[in-house]
Amino acid sequence: MIAIVDYGVGNLFSLTSSLRAIGADVTVTGQAEVLRQAEKLILPGVGAFGDAADLLRRSGLGRVVTEEAEKGKPFLGICLGMQLLFDRSFEYGEHAGLGLIPGDVVGMAGVVPAGYKIPHIGWNALHFPASRPKSRLFQYVEEDQCVYFVHSYYADRCAPYVTATAEYGPELTAAAERDNVFGVQFHPEKSGDVGLAILRAFCEMEDTI
Amino acid sequence: MITKRIIPCLDVRDGRVVKGVNFLGLHDVSNPVSLAKYYSDSGADELVFYDITASAEGRALFTDILVEVASTIFIPLTVGGGINTVEDFDRVLKCGADKVSVNSGAIRDPSLIAAAAKKYGDQCVVLSVDAKRVGGQYRVFAKGGREDTGLDAIEWIKHGVQSGAGEIVLNSIDTDGVKGGFDLPMLAAVCDAVNVPVIASGGAGGIDDFVKLFQALPKVDAGLAASIFHFGEVSIPELKQALHAQGINVRL
Repeated sequence: MIAIVDYGVGNLFSLTSSLRAIGADVTVTGQAEVLRQAEKLILPGVGAFGDAADLLRRSGLGRVVTEEAEKGKPFLGICLGMQLLFDRSFEYGEHAGLGLIPGDVVGMAGVVPAGYKIPHIGWNALHFPASRPKSRLFQYVEEDQCVYFVHSYYADRCAPYVTATAEYGPELTAAAERDNVFGVQFHPEKSGDVGLAILRAFCEMEDTI
Repeated sequence: MITKRIIPCLDVRDGRVVKGVNFLGLHDVSNPVSLAKYYSDSGADELVFYDITASAEGRALFTDILVEVASTIFIPLTVGGGINTVEDFDRVLKCGADKVSVNSGAIRDPSLIAAAAKKYGDQCVVLSVDAKRVGGQYRVFAKGGREDTGLDAIEWIKHGVQSGAGEIVLNSIDTDGVKGGFDLPMLAAVCDAVNVPVIASGGAGGIDDFVKLFQALPKVDAGLAASIFHFGEVSIPELKQALHAQGINVRL
């Protein structure tokens, strides 16, 4: 069973529907026990990093998912849920993340060239770094296939962990991973068949415990 | 590189898709769920649903359909029509919408944009504007294009973006339904005024109109149309191939 972590952030309708559409056994829960029993975890999220990090901390769910991830359970963060995997974010101040992947979340302003709109909204092509084997998360995805992004901040100073980028002026981090912990900046649940193929690859992963 | 988006728009009344010419004389076209699936499969980058129902029964039918669409297709969905309060945002977001488009509701209560952006994020709030030339000015019209609000469209759009609107849909009443092409001067004025995505609406009659749109105005992010897609005059795969052949970056 795959558990979507419900910590009061974001709309889980599409994510749940998309996982059901590919035949996954999925539950949406804020209960620590259910998260501990689940075979895989997905951390969703939209909105501001600081608020979401506070909710994870205060609910105790941040600690639970960190422990489960450290045990080797496949763990996928999506959009803000991806950003929360990193050490810290500089969105409206400085906030600590879960620290599961080394790196910082920083704003696009001043990084993307003039004329590039912020937020980065729309379908953009995935590029896989030539320096490493393609992530198993993208085993069903080809170079240059498009996925749907909506974000104003992105993960930086995490080069060793980057598994996909998207060109928006510079190449921005589109996906990162460390062992069993995966993060995607885009929305696979809104990225049509390519997005479903990425979710399917995650669903098929073996527990590394 | 980010792609230009092609967005079919489905006007829904009492659970059926309709499309008017200059907003008058609505014709029933098809079932929203099968149309949505068809468009998603043919490469639409996003779908917009406008609920033009007046009755509470029709509104309930609309949210039922939205749930069905959002459970079946997995591309971004924008919903508009009858959005007057933050509770209306909540109602459609819970049914699977990703973005909510406000129009007359924001004109009546301009604080709606800021309240919704604060609660759901800027990316969730789309300001849709029906505009028409009146006395040398682009003027905002309300109530489906029937009522002149007296507002200057460019000032209204700037105000909307400052309040938190994350995207603009600009529908030119002057070109809507005429199929003579998008309203390039009006769109250019809006693109110069704001730095959020601008979606062009109103006037597409064929593939060439989209090519002209993106060639003339590289700052336009997306083109939206309804009847030319619904009646099969333009197929999305052909449109995208034509754009690609002209060097315009699209998702194929």
